[in-house]
Amino acid sequence: MAANGSQPAIVAEGLVKSFGEVKALRGIDLSVPRGTVLGVLGPNGAGKTTAVRILTTLLQPDGGRAVVEGHDVVRQAAAVRRSIGLSGQSAAIQEELTGRQNLEIIGRLYHLRWPDARSRAAELLQQFDLADAADRAAKNYSGGMQRRLDLAASLVGRPKVLFLDEPTTGLDPRSRLGMWDIIRSLVSGGTTLLLTTQYLDEADELADKIVVIDHGLVIAAGTAEELKSRIGGDVLEFTVPDRGRVSTAVAAIARLAEGDPHVDAETGVISVGVGGRGSEALVQAVRDLDAAGVETRGLALRRPSLDDVFLALTGHAAEDEGPPGGRRRGRRRTGSKDTGGNDTGGNDTGGNDTGGNDARGGDGSGSGNGPGSTKASDMDTARAAS
Amino acid sequence: MTATTMTATAAPGGEPGLLDQARWAVSDTLTITRRNLLVWMRVPAYIVFTVIQPVMFVLLFRYVFGGAIPVPYKGGYVEFLMPGITAQTAAFATFGTAIALAQELQKGVIDRLRSMPMARSAVLAGRLVADTGRMLLTILIVIGVGYATGFRFENGFGLAVAMIVLATVFGLAICCISAYTGLAIGDEESVQAFGLIWLFPLTFLSSAFVPISSMPGWLQAFANNQPVTYVIDTMRAMALGGPIAANMWKSAAWLVGIFIVFVPLAVRAYRRAS
Repeated sequence: MAANGSQPAIVAEGLVKSFGEVKALRGIDLSVPRGTVLGVLGPNGAGKTTAVRILTTLLQPDGGRAVVEGHDVVRQAAAVRRSIGLSGQSAAIQEELTGRQNLEIIGRLYHLRWPDARSRAAELLQQFDLADAADRAAKNYSGGMQRRLDLAASLVGRPKVLFLDEPTTGLDPRSRLGMWDIIRSLVSGGTTLLLTTQYLDEADELADKIVVIDHGLVIAAGTAEELKSRIGGDVLEFTVPDRGRVSTAVAAIARLAEGDPHVDAETGVISVGVGGRGSEALVQAVRDLDAAGVETRGLALRRPSLDDVFLALTGHAAEDEGPPGGRRRGRRRTGSKDTGGNDTGGNDTGGNDTGGNDARGGDGSGSGNGPGSTKASDMDTARAAS
Repeated sequence: MTATTMTATAAPGGEPGLLDQARWAVSDTLTITRRNLLVWMRVPAYIVFTVIQPVMFVLLFRYVFGGAIPVPYKGGYVEFLMPGITAQTAAFATFGTAIALAQELQKGVIDRLRSMPMARSAVLAGRLVADTGRMLLTILIVIGVGYATGFRFENGFGLAVAMIVLATVFGLAICCISAYTGLAIGDEESVQAFGLIWLFPLTFLSSAFVPISSMPGWLQAFANNQPVTYVIDTMRAMALGGPIAANMWKSAAWLVGIFIVFVPLAVRAYRRAS
């Protein structure tokens, strides 16, 4: 019964769960090797949280089975609970109490002796940069601090397997990056992690393997690079400020496109896969768009992001069903940061920008870039400069 | 990350023995109780407001409505009022139980606790222990206000204590119903609204504030045969004199029935909470 080293930390086979008429999970398979990070990626309502609730014994599946650290989540739920930590979408802390009190009580509920509960709480407060706020009521903490306290609480029992359900949803960009650092350091300590997120850059940044879930099914699995390679080559992207000209622009680039161009109606951003033709396609696009008389902004070639993967797999953007998509654009598209020379009519600088994009393409988010910057403001700056 | 050690853990994967389970259930219940008491110590306003409301009721009924309500007691309306309002105080104190559980459910605190290797009974038990303590405190304060405004126990110290015990057990029974509603509804505001819907009629359509004989006939039929009236009539007889046994047995039967039905319901709602 005891888990052996070669067995994955988490295995799920054919998990099915319905809530009344709604089929939340329609047969999910997962396997997470020990000490690795699985990113479960999908829009709101895809079934991510349901899967986590089953794996953490909070919910019983209607069908299929799941094993965590060698224990069946239904028949050996108590043993599973001794191996796991869970940090959910909201900060599950007692806001009236101090950070220290919260962690000490959790420690007592893990059946630590009082002195051990106290020292464990102090240790975690230190580790999570909460020592200065330890004796203040948690309701006065910032959102990021509350999440850190919540994460600390999930670690009191030294779990072998940690489940983080959308750990950065609702956090401001700075707290989000801080959370990423914390998660990376946890994982480097050997903890197995299952992380759900609706942010593609987050999965890209933190996960060894990614499964993409949509409507209760795993629709793709692999490393971030494997998923991106499914797009097969580069993505050409630009904005058409005059929304009335969008269809003209789409027609103009049609012969370059591999697959249908995607038009984001909200932002006027058009993106299209151009295969391996790279800068050749870029130059051609500039000519064709110019010939069609379409004014564009921020025309650039970039490596495909997970967003493109999601679009290709599901036909809709990852966050179309989620919160307003504005933040996604700003976060992710770092490749378009220096697009000044690429502004409308700038027909001789494409190669330059392409090089820059390729250099950054691998890490999607590019942590050096200010995560709060939005594409629009970048472009405005760029226009002013040129 | 290696300074502390887990204590009293069973062999990896093995289930703890029955004795350990019982010990942990008690220890976890005390920890949760302690947590709830800590919350009140840090935010005394929670307690202050739950005390102010019943005190206000005592003063309102004693001085505003009381003069217009004729009762067959030599001490006047305040004699009649105090056992009834004590029971109502106990019942209304359970608003806090339902709301606190709904809040914990909404915030994910209950999910966290359920994902931990702690006794599953402890969250409910600890809540009931702490809330019963708070209820008892409120009852004693309300009776103190009653004493200050003319109420006296006429039947001796023992029966006065018995009345307070009965009020507390009654409150605990209502507490189980409230815990169930809190967990089953799971939304703080709905829980609050629902509490008003069932607790107000149940306590007002009883012998708590007026002699039932003053109500219209159809209402008397309900008021005469519902558990709150049995409990209050028993409490009133304990405080002021009169036959106790018949009403006490009926009260006991109802209270036992409430425990039998609502304890398992509340436990089930906790296990399935989402």
